[in-house]
Amino acid sequence: METSNSMSTLIFEKSRKGRRAYAQAPLNPSDTSIPESFLRTDEPLLPEASELQVVRHYTRLSQKNFSIDTQFYPLGSCTMKYNPRACNSLALLPGFTGRHPLGPVSHGQGFLKCMWELQEMLKEVTGMVGVSLTPMAGAQGELAGVAMIRAYHEEHGHPERDEIIVPDAAHGTNPATATMLGCKAVEVPTGPDGDVELEALKGVVGPNTAGIMLTNPSTLGVFERDIIEVERVVKDAGGLLYYDGANLNAICGMVRPGDMGFDVIHMNLHKTFSTPHGGGGPGSGAIGVGERLLPYMPIPVVTKTEKDGSEWYDWVAEDDMPHSIGRLSGFMGNAGVLLRAYVYMRMVGRDGMRRLAEYATLNANYLQARLRDAGFELAFPNRRASHEFIVTLKHEAKELNLTAMDVAKALLDRNYHAPTTYFPLLVPECLLIEPTETESKETLDNFVDAMVAIATEAREGQSFKEAPYKTPVRRLDDVKAARELDVRYQPS
Amino acid sequence: MPFIPHTDDDTREMLETIGAKSLDDLFDEIPRDLIIDSLDGVPEAMSEMAITRLMRERARQDGAPLCFIGAGAYEHHIPQAVWDLATRGEYYSAYTPYQAEASQGTLQTIYEYQTMITELTGLDVSNASLYDGASALAEAALMAVRSNRKVKTGRILLAPGVNPTYEKVATAITRTQGITFERLPMDPATGNAAAGLPDGEAPVAVAIQQPSFPGTFEDVDRLTDWAHEQGALVIAIINPTSLALLKPPGQWGSEGADIAIGEGQPLGVPLSSGGPYFGIMTCKQKLVRQMPGRIIGRTTDLDGNTGFALTLQAREQHIRRSKATSNICTNQGLMVTAATIYMSLVGFHGLRSVATRSHQNTTRLVDGLTGIDGVDRLFDGPYFHEVALRLDRPVAPVLEALAEQGVLGGYDLTSSYPDLGNALLVCATETKTDADIAAYVTAMADVMGAAARKSA
Repeated sequence: METSNSMSTLIFEKSRKGRRAYAQAPLNPSDTSIPESFLRTDEPLLPEASELQVVRHYTRLSQKNFSIDTQFYPLGSCTMKYNPRACNSLALLPGFTGRHPLGPVSHGQGFLKCMWELQEMLKEVTGMVGVSLTPMAGAQGELAGVAMIRAYHEEHGHPERDEIIVPDAAHGTNPATATMLGCKAVEVPTGPDGDVELEALKGVVGPNTAGIMLTNPSTLGVFERDIIEVERVVKDAGGLLYYDGANLNAICGMVRPGDMGFDVIHMNLHKTFSTPHGGGGPGSGAIGVGERLLPYMPIPVVTKTEKDGSEWYDWVAEDDMPHSIGRLSGFMGNAGVLLRAYVYMRMVGRDGMRRLAEYATLNANYLQARLRDAGFELAFPNRRASHEFIVTLKHEAKELNLTAMDVAKALLDRNYHAPTTYFPLLVPECLLIEPTETESKETLDNFVDAMVAIATEAREGQSFKEAPYKTPVRRLDDVKAARELDVRYQPS
Repeated sequence: MPFIPHTDDDTREMLETIGAKSLDDLFDEIPRDLIIDSLDGVPEAMSEMAITRLMRERARQDGAPLCFIGAGAYEHHIPQAVWDLATRGEYYSAYTPYQAEASQGTLQTIYEYQTMITELTGLDVSNASLYDGASALAEAALMAVRSNRKVKTGRILLAPGVNPTYEKVATAITRTQGITFERLPMDPATGNAAAGLPDGEAPVAVAIQQPSFPGTFEDVDRLTDWAHEQGALVIAIINPTSLALLKPPGQWGSEGADIAIGEGQPLGVPLSSGGPYFGIMTCKQKLVRQMPGRIIGRTTDLDGNTGFALTLQAREQHIRRSKATSNICTNQGLMVTAATIYMSLVGFHGLRSVATRSHQNTTRLVDGLTGIDGVDRLFDGPYFHEVALRLDRPVAPVLEALAEQGVLGGYDLTSSYPDLGNALLVCATETKTDADIAAYVTAMADVMGAAARKSA
């Protein structure tokens, strides 16, 4: 058994000069006819290892991760639900993985039919009239959405409309996106109960308003009760409404952004529709639009027509959509992720969509009630939780010196992934907890026990400042990481 | 209910604890008239058995044609271990590694990736990846504008060999940021930048693709030195497989390119209709603080043991919000995991074998095809694994006829490079056997007129 330190040995340090995974490269290639002036003369440092060494190295590395498949992962705003294995294996069928993106549609009808049906299902779930699957992550969906809003105003003679209203509780991507598109992000405050402050909103809208970006239920874990009023204020001012679909799981099959008056939505398929998070991507940020923004959708989208009497699927691109904001990816976005979402939606089906919201909400409200009853303070005690909720540890931090960070790290030692900490920024010492619908009551009960145990131990004088103790490494020196920047291995 | 574990008893007990009578009660803060009855447009649920059958039929329907298309996405052999390992649940179902102690697997894997990709490109620092090659050009352009503050023009010059789709994507993503993309003129004889390069246009950056989109080798040393003389940064656009053979961007010209980007797909990622892939981005040390996306650093823990963590997060959206270097948060983590395992398995020598065999196969293919009347090379110079051909007739009908014979014969350059005439871009990687190549040549001869073989 290796010690904990040698377990961080790099694949380069396991290399031996001349060692090969012989089965993995063509045999005996000779020289090329490329002139020497174009050739590289140095030998870059890539591993020299056997196939077994590589397999063992990355198997062991994987075992250092927490994951949904191995731990409860109540990470608020991330919807860490079970990723069904069938979604993965069916997206990896050779007919799909081998298809070249520029291959003719005659050799892609099976794939394109899945994509067209996915577009239709997403339209139905969101209540929008058009869907483009091409954005490669939520942040790119946001970019597409705000770009469409900008394009709409420009083509309607209002280039001066460049202010995007963003609640102060919003994801950091919202203001970052606004800036990326040359807009000004205008913050609007949240009231004590978690709803947007309507009077403040009325104060910031005006002739320069391009639109508002709203997450509903919000990042505070509550449904925006004044949503109809918010819509009216923004629309009366000439602005458009952007729905950040990060929390779509909470209302899936129950309420539709299109019915709430939104003009554009992005969906995080890796949240609501259970495609993998993959240790930080790939995501997939399909967008849906209402009538007003339909001409501006990013391309390509898939269309269904008829050819020789049978159904035929094809791309819609530049020629057919001259007002489109354009292409956001080299081909059509994260196609393989879209296939996974398609399989998931077909397995969940019509009635199942609503069950996602119902049971995600049931689990969140149950966990919220149990933690409240166990003595934890809720950030919004008078509100229903949506699919997530916030515990604030401001008292524990003051009285027991037990911060949100400490609880997060102590949970790791009890084999739970930490909830989201210190987000949203406006709740002090917060834990944003999202259990998702795929977790059982027993898991939630055990998690409550762990939280109670941590608080009890803190009350008894135990400090968690140095937790975790049982993970592959302990708290890391972030300051050193930034100051003595070491971002690649260099043999000494 | 798929994937929901609750028994009726569970649900009842949980509602009791909450103090709610029914599941509907949990939604009582939502205005009633917003709640819908049903989703008629979503089909009834399918069992795993049923969806498996459906997906197999659809995958089979798309067939397994012999594919000689490249144009930015390349068919390479992917060792079985790559996706066996990458789809282990611990990699597949983990989140972004914000909780470093619980994410050392992903973090160390990305650190190893950063090492490999800086080695391949000959630059100092790599991020943890971007979405894909095309969008990476947009991020590189924005990064160049942030870094090269002396130049206020926002003008990015593109060598003629830059992938036209990359230009479209970069334009769409940066459309409101005062950035323009303009092409340097092409020398129609070579397919590369024309001899006389413009002076005094104050470009903020010059993007150079090697090998070029039409398959030629640009004189990267000349262009790089010229760009630096003009006060511009150099953005190299590379194919990672080619770097097993070709001079890396860090060695272009007298100072090297400043930023390198590219499509990472050839490193162990399946074609899969265009994604998910990943975007490579590396740069010189001095530009690191302007680099978008996640970066992993090696550091120590409380016990002094080595560990890995996200670093330089002050650049990113979740900290900087409206002042971030980019709105990007997701990288393409799983694709990078696969690429790291791929590079570990093949190593430099294996990658060079892949590159060399691809080059040789392309040579065989081009020799065969240009033996047919009406098929010639468009440019004479050296190439890697992709070559532009000139046909004596429009390309599209030829490709359609080939597809009917089960051969995807290449990429039609006509719409992206109308000046080049009837131009077809062909590619044969190491996956093609002599029989595959012969099958294409036979099919092409058939389509072009069976008896029309050149006598010479």
